[in-house]
Amino acid sequence: MKLFNGANIVLSEIPVLGVQLFREKIISQCQEGARLVNFFGHEEVDGGVRLFAFLGWDEDSEITVFSTRILADHPQYESLTKDLIQAHWFEREVAEQWAIIPEGHPWLKPLRYHANYRGKADIWPDVSSRPIPGSYSFYAVESPEVHEVGVGPVHAGIIEPGHFRFQCHGEEVMHLEIQLGYQHRGLELLMRGRDFKRSALLSEAIAGDTAVGHSIAHCEVVESLSGCVIPPKAQAIRAVALELERLSNHVGDLGAMSADVGFLPTSAYFGRMRGDYLNLLLALTGNRFGKGLCRPGGVLFDVDSQMAEEFCRKLKGYKKEFEDVSNLLFTKPSVLARFEGVGAISMENAKKIGLVGPAGRACRLERDVRIDYSSGFWQFSHIPISLAATGDVFGRALVRRQEVVRSLEFLLRILSSLPQGGIFVKPPALKPDSLALSLVEGWRGEIMHVGITDENGGFARYKIKDPSFHNWFGLSLAMRGQEISDFPLCNKSFNLSYCGHDL
Amino acid sequence: MLPSRYRGRPMIAGQGSPLDLGQITFAPDDGIQYSNDFRLSAAKRRDLVLKNNETVLACALNDQMRQLFGRSLKLRQVSAGGCNACEADLNVLNTVVFDLSRFGIQFVASPRHADGMIVTGPIVRNMREALLKTYEAMPEPKIVIASGACAISGGLFAESPEASKGLETIVPVDLYIPGCPPHPLTILDGLLRLLGRIKR
Ligand code: SF4
Repeated sequence: MKLFNGANIVLSEIPVLGVQLFREKIISQCQEGARLVNFFGHEEVDGGVRLFAFLGWDEDSEITVFSTRILADHPQYESLTKDLIQAHWFEREVAEQWAIIPEGHPWLKPLRYHANYRGKADIWPDVSSRPIPGSYSFYAVESPEVHEVGVGPVHAGIIEPGHFRFQCHGEEVMHLEIQLGYQHRGLELLMRGRDFKRSALLSEAIAGDTAVGHSIAHCEVVESLSGCVIPPKAQAIRAVALELERLSNHVGDLGAMSADVGFLPTSAYFGRMRGDYLNLLLALTGNRFGKGLCRPGGVLFDVDSQMAEEFCRKLKGYKKEFEDVSNLLFTKPSVLARFEGVGAISMENAKKIGLVGPAGRACRLERDVRIDYSSGFWQFSHIPISLAATGDVFGRALVRRQEVVRSLEFLLRILSSLPQGGIFVKPPALKPDSLALSLVEGWRGEIMHVGITDENGGFARYKIKDPSFHNWFGLSLAMRGQEISDFPLCNKSFNLSYCGHDL
Repeated sequence: MLPSRYRGRPMIAGQGSPLDLGQITFAPDDGIQYSNDFRLSAAKRRDLVLKNNETVLACALNDQMRQLFGRSLKLRQVSAGGCNACEADLNVLNTVVFDLSRFGIQFVASPRHADGMIVTGPIVRNMREALLKTYEAMPEPKIVIASGACAISGGLFAESPEASKGLETIVPVDLYIPGCPPHPLTILDGLLRLLGRIKR
């Protein structure tokens, strides 16, 4: 079954395959050029679990979806990961959420350390009763010459919690295992039901630095299921907010990367400039992170011509400033020496593990939802893709630099020709027993939300995927063979979300 | 200086039901009218519950604590299950715009060097132990600050079995900073009041 971004479908129309065929089809489609954009379970009335696979065909702007049934009394299937590395994290998530064993998975450990959703015996008996990592050891390289370094969960700065376990030979990192789950707050379960006012608020708290991106994805799921077409002006305002969010984060990241190579001038400049974009979001939405703007049916705040002019005037100034400061950063040999060749990932490996967003584009992977699966305002106004070829810290910095300039050009263009008309329509009730999906290019990459309704049109299942879910493994891979002292820089160059991952 | 759409201290009309600043998320569609006043912090949990337009803002620590910390306060930040927006706007205090260290307040990398901790997020099950260990590792006397709706009451996550109902259910709290997230000015105002450096 082929779907486009923002589509919905009656659940019974999604093909159900035998378990073995399901597995083979995922693998063969990935060999033919698709990639795994989502893979998750949903409990059925008989206690079994229906597994859904979503395969993205970026060039065709289509997503194929099909499913299989895992029986309640036989909760296992042959793991995909041994033949398809990009399934690694997804299979661990399914195992943890539904107590289903992917047989032959090479590293079957809990992702977030919580009890499963079915109330069955967990695969790991003490997964929710002991502090992370429980009784599950880290990957260890055994040799008297190898030492281990453990960092976290509480870190030295103001950062979210996570645990990093390095296997080192001298200064060189042989392996890094990343253990997350500390931010797990049971979000997907809270999203169930039919209180859409509440689910909109929760969607803004999936990852606060991506409040706009995730809330757009949520709104599009509700709007798809209710057949609600929002006014063009609301779409344009969402696009403005999404790009402001991207700008604040990209600029902030360039500042953080400057700080980590000890280049303080641009660290201070970018740090302040990041605030300029947050303050524009504040002026637009009353909240520095854009919380409160997007609601199913449109947006709650309008942009009148005076505000649009004011924003354009400011953005022109910010653009000039950004060009000057980024020239300062990108022309310093001492900075380039620290950026180039550090934490590189080959295009081939990036593809294998399924990198998305700027981290993927830095490896020349042409993946950008705004272009590949354009919906909303992106159907009418385009942004060129920004790519780099080196896959290293430099590449990730360069992609951000290009994207900042392109987002600014885009904003200047649409703010000077905003559509006229209303900004909100009340969405009708949601279709029962259906599934809808939405993809949004957040500043970290591909966000995907999938909502499945029950017979009353409330959410029976809500699946959230932050781009970090794909990319955390990329950070591990980037650290192989690197100096351990380069970890902070590598980490900032990805700047992944803990809470968006942990849900 | 804050734009007109900014949502600060709520305005209470007439004899409405009490409003808990520690629970609300300052959303534009929650039926509450908001003013532009960014001063929101309180030293007692009950002072966050507004019954009328009377304002009880945070007051200073006692003399002995002020003598110890009034000119130099080192804080350890513990992030415990929120959405990271609270952390982001705490970090902003370190930029050149706010330059927190000029007030003698600094974030430190070890609980052993800290006079207190500032906690964000609803203290989820998986962070409870790390939070308690941090608390225990700080030397006495110590200050505890809850920043954001999540840390004060569990916020949006209060109903999740994974979350707590607020930091005060785990350790005693000296300062509550409401918001979702609190604006950097709200945080700064709260900290300076706690140290007795703003009185009005
Ligand atoms: S209080 Fe609001 S902004 Fe702060 S962590 Fe919780 S949800 Fe995020």
